Amino acid sequence: MTVTDATVPVSGTGIRARPAGTLHDIASIAGRALRAVPRDVEAVIPPIFIALFFYVVNIGTLQDLTEANIPDFSFKAFQMPTAILLGVTGVSRAYALVLDVQDGYFDRLLLTPIRRLAILLGHLAADVTVAAALTVPIIILGFSLGVRFEAGPLGVLAFILLSGLWSLAFAGFGYAIALKTGNPAAVNSSFLLFFPFLFLTSSYVPRPQLTGWLDTVASINPVTYLLEGLRSLVMRGWQWDELGQAVLAVAAVGAISMWLCFAALRGRIQRG
Amino acid sequence: MSTTISAEKLVRQFNGLTAVDEVDLAIQAGEIYGFLGPNGAGKSTTVRVLCTLLAPTSGRAVVAGHDVAGEPTEVRLRIGVALQEAALDPKQTGEELLRLQGRLYGLSRPDVDRRVADLATLIDIGDALGRPISTYSGGMKRRLDLAAALVHNPEVLFLDEPTTGLDPVSRARVWDEVRRLNRELGMTIFLTTQYLEEADALADRVGIINEGRIVAEGTPVELKRSIGTDVIFARLDGDGEAACPAVESVAGVVGVEARGSELVITAADGTAVIGPVAVALNNCGVPVRDLTLRTPTLDDVFLELTGTHIQRDDEAIDAELAEMTESETETAEVAR
Repeated sequence: MTVTDATVPVSGTGIRARPAGTLHDIASIAGRALRAVPRDVEAVIPPIFIALFFYVVNIGTLQDLTEANIPDFSFKAFQMPTAILLGVTGVSRAYALVLDVQDGYFDRLLLTPIRRLAILLGHLAADVTVAAALTVPIIILGFSLGVRFEAGPLGVLAFILLSGLWSLAFAGFGYAIALKTGNPAAVNSSFLLFFPFLFLTSSYVPRPQLTGWLDTVASINPVTYLLEGLRSLVMRGWQWDELGQAVLAVAAVGAISMWLCFAALRGRIQRG
Repeated sequence: MSTTISAEKLVRQFNGLTAVDEVDLAIQAGEIYGFLGPNGAGKSTTVRVLCTLLAPTSGRAVVAGHDVAGEPTEVRLRIGVALQEAALDPKQTGEELLRLQGRLYGLSRPDVDRRVADLATLIDIGDALGRPISTYSGGMKRRLDLAAALVHNPEVLFLDEPTTGLDPVSRARVWDEVRRLNRELGMTIFLTTQYLEEADALADRVGIINEGRIVAEGTPVELKRSIGTDVIFARLDGDGEAACPAVESVAGVVGVEARGSELVITAADGTAVIGPVAVALNNCGVPVRDLTLRTPTLDDVFLELTGTHIQRDDEAIDAELAEMTESETETAEVAR
């Protein structure tokens, strides 16, 4: 926490303005973002509906086909990470940040002694919390369909954490677009970026079942390794090599997206 | 008295265009400084530089003892800002917004509670403080924006066109509040406006900016005096021409012009001349219905310095908007 010794005596009221500290600033911004979620339910209902819908539909469509052709295979367990990624990817307050820019509230924040980084980190902290919460209904649906975690209760927590971190890594692209363009439509369409990631991989069948070219593409798609890591927790227990690759994949995507969004933040501040 | 806001050859450019051009300022503690100019003159850009939202291209500015470019956080701790458009989050309630402001300025919870209560009284917003800001009227948003700028009790308050778009009643309330903050708390206030009467009514000193440069500075009275003559209007029950010779002979009268039953008399010092003018009119047997002394307005000052008016009348603005709409329609038709 950073607290400087800069305090400002003000007109006899005893009020002293001072930098609140980075952690305090992040918590304040995250608190505001989380308070706004119930007022913006339209931002979280569609992703969770889409995730639940496709989880059920995909099971209905592919379960018999896959389980008949792959020995000891549970399509319900296999498909749950795909549903989770559909639900949590692109869930962010980036569009709200665009509205802050348009309403001038972003300037109001910049006029306070808050660290600029804390504005973004506060939003991102709120996003991780929301994403983690969104995984719960999908996991509950999975449990109700008979899916069990081979990695046990701790595996469930690791599964939620890894999903939240992925959501955070992908949210960086939304914030970069938000801060660069100031355009809500552009932010909303950032989810389209995810389509190639989601479909050019083992979303619906295991990698050995992919045709040659698609398997090659999947091998360079970070979502492949994320899905394998998440699936290992459900289907195979603690597989550290697969989990390590998943964490690396999330870190690689996160490094790129965060670099882009912090560069966009610097640009926005410089433009004033 | 110490200087609270100073600028030396302050320049801000955007893609080679100079919005603020070597502006010098020296504003004393406790002063209300009016920054007057037409749209696009550079007022808001100057404020954004002084408030640390924009870095200067060159030159230097110091606010509350700290360099805006070198020590922006120190400046931000000491200033409150209400920008041209109320900078609010419509989905928060007024109270949530004020509390968040307090937290970001490092105030303790009891201090935040106290300031929210104080400011709720100050902006007279009543129970609406618990409602989403999206439900507020324009005047309420302006007052909440002002309250947000005051949460941490700043030394210096920047108000960028605080009454633009407000109805007369709301405007009068903002004026009263600005005066009270200055009088009771000794707050230094930097106020930009395009309303002449606002600068005239509120400011201890006025800087007039045009095309990024300060073209005149002084008290409103000094500025108006600087262009010379006062004007006396006389409405007569009779022919103005007949009264002209008598009025022209009054010492201090610079010129007399008859417009039917009215006389327009110019004088270097209208206050000193208006009495003798009344006597001269009485002596020449022309009944006087009323005499009005008008000093030059700040618009007259601006006209003298730049050759254009600072404010245009509504009809001119409407005509320009109609012309723009027509032009856009034509463009659309061509494109089709």
